[in-house]
Amino acid sequence: MRLYGHPGGRLQEMTDTAPTKTISDFEATLNKADTAVASFERDDKSFIHILRNFLRRNPTMIPALVLLLSVLIFGLIESRFLGMGALSTVLKQVTVTGFIALAQTLIILTAGIDLSVGAILVVSSLVMGSTAVTTGVPLPVGFGPMELFGLSLPVGLTFDRFILPVPLAVAFGVFVGGVMGMINGLLVVKAKLPPFIVTLGTLSVFEALKLWYSASESVRNVDIAEKAPGLLWFGEGIAFAKSKDPEVIDTGVVITGFGDPRIYFMDTTEFLGVAQLSWGVFMLIILAAVLWYVLNHTAWGRHVHAIGDDPDAAMLSGIRVGRTLISVYTVAGLICGFAAWIAIGRVGSISPIAFADVNLASITAVVIGGTSLFGGRGSIIGSVLGAIIVGVFITGLSLAGVDDYWQKFAAGCLVIIAVALDQWLRRASQ
Amino acid sequence: MSAEVNAVQPILQTKGLMKRYGTVVAMSGCDFELMPGEILAVIGDNGAGKSTMIKALSGAVIPDHGEILLDGKPVHFRSPDDARALGIETVYQNLAMSPALSIADNMFLGRELRVPGILGSVFRKMDRTRMEKFARDKLSELGLMTIQDITQPVETLSGGQRQGVAVARAAAFGSKVVILDEPTAALGVKESRLVLELIRDLRARGIPIILISHNMPHVFEVADRIHIHRLGRRLCVINPKDYTMSDAVAFMTGAKLPEGVTEAA
Repeated sequence: MRLYGHPGGRLQEMTDTAPTKTISDFEATLNKADTAVASFERDDKSFIHILRNFLRRNPTMIPALVLLLSVLIFGLIESRFLGMGALSTVLKQVTVTGFIALAQTLIILTAGIDLSVGAILVVSSLVMGSTAVTTGVPLPVGFGPMELFGLSLPVGLTFDRFILPVPLAVAFGVFVGGVMGMINGLLVVKAKLPPFIVTLGTLSVFEALKLWYSASESVRNVDIAEKAPGLLWFGEGIAFAKSKDPEVIDTGVVITGFGDPRIYFMDTTEFLGVAQLSWGVFMLIILAAVLWYVLNHTAWGRHVHAIGDDPDAAMLSGIRVGRTLISVYTVAGLICGFAAWIAIGRVGSISPIAFADVNLASITAVVIGGTSLFGGRGSIIGSVLGAIIVGVFITGLSLAGVDDYWQKFAAGCLVIIAVALDQWLRRASQ
Repeated sequence: MSAEVNAVQPILQTKGLMKRYGTVVAMSGCDFELMPGEILAVIGDNGAGKSTMIKALSGAVIPDHGEILLDGKPVHFRSPDDARALGIETVYQNLAMSPALSIADNMFLGRELRVPGILGSVFRKMDRTRMEKFARDKLSELGLMTIQDITQPVETLSGGQRQGVAVARAAAFGSKVVILDEPTAALGVKESRLVLELIRDLRARGIPIILISHNMPHVFEVADRIHIHRLGRRLCVINPKDYTMSDAVAFMTGAKLPEGVTEAA
């Protein structure tokens, strides 16, 4: 592979016209030199070497292969696993983790980390719940005496609480998520603190806020279904069902609409198998596609990679590093806020203590998906695959009757193997 | 000292730049002049403050005091982006490239082209085709290398090839001034030769060049004038035809003082 060379005659001419007083004599022999510059020898054609280079250039292949293999292996162990029911259970389980993993991917690409993503999700879901279901929003309705910070004012505004319609409540929740993400970004950029420390701190702060804001109370499913069924929308979807009684329904596709509880509480005793694809799963695919486009085909996406690769080089190349980083944390917060809507649909209720382990699960998914914790390289598709791989392991092991602590054990091993693989691939270029 | 400077206006000039890092004075009243169409070498001992001055010229360091004039007009760089917008391109010693990105993406980092129409204006889609063609054209135009694959990541290139890409980037976009910080330091004999050749090509196209180097033979070979930096400021500017390399080294290390210059402190 010859990568560059130069016309031989040019060098001759150059050395002739150069001031002979100063040019070094040792360079005079250069015009006789081999003009094949930097031709790489490729004697190492072992299978491992070729595989390593292939995987370097196509990093998403690793999680894809791992996913394929694990599905096959679990399928061999337990044939139920290959049924549509089990696979749709996997997707259902990983939807929320998948969303958070998308947000986490953006941050890890910049060589950062966000430990507060789970807390942002929960705070956003509480905001949606309280504005659309329980307490509503205080809005001024007229003039009259008011209380302000403990003072009784004779003249002021009177407030009434209004329950917001679902779209407004969702928008408000997503906005709050964005603000929390932006706080992380500002602390990382303006206070120049390491992302790990910043988000470790905001994790505690947001966790405290969520307990204070919710008064440690959950919003029950029946209340959401009655007052704001739209919040549950992403839990619904398409169901593929096969009836036990062929005369009633054979194989059919059931599409549920807003507030239709049919899929939600589908009576599986009537059916041989039910596979559900929630709208949340479709939304996850759409968001992943959007982020893939943004990261690979826009300047912002290139800048995110460049900052993770080498922030100083990025700055010297004219990238506004601080501004881009703040935007990354803000977008991650917005995604977490949106994931809150998905999470409400998935769980059916809103609890301040839900999703405690989604932080680490998202990092696990990102790492297994092949994104490097050192920043600059990785892929959105990989993170979605990574989330699914974890889901496959958990579901596969539980179908095989393995206790749940061994499921955690397996997830932990996966992370270590994934990072070891990443390191091995990095060394390949040296 | 250069007496023939005053006839033409310097293209890039600094007056009395000061920069302090805590108690360390990196620039103390630093003056500098780059004339149109010349190759100006900047030499100086380690810690003389060359890098700080260069970074001030390329926008990476903001001076505490003093002014920078481009074409005689004062300019204030708040970031490298500002300097680049005015046509000052810098090849940093560490090359300032993003290893995982492709050659074309690196060349256009921070000034990506977008496709025409709604796809570009609303969906911000980069025009990869145009960027890759431009990058390939520039690299082959400069004769530095024939790259097989413009989409290969920069980390797969050798040190000399990376240098080539960095220099090509500066040459392609530097409309006013190109600054090269130790461009041959990491290179072998043959690659150094190519880079020196490229520097001359650039001058032939009318772009003035600032060359920072520790390599005296290279400096004396290509430079029109040599700016000698010492203790945070300009000690003198010499014509390489009038002095020897050992004179220059003696000046920059303080072993000898050029005529007519008295050194404070």
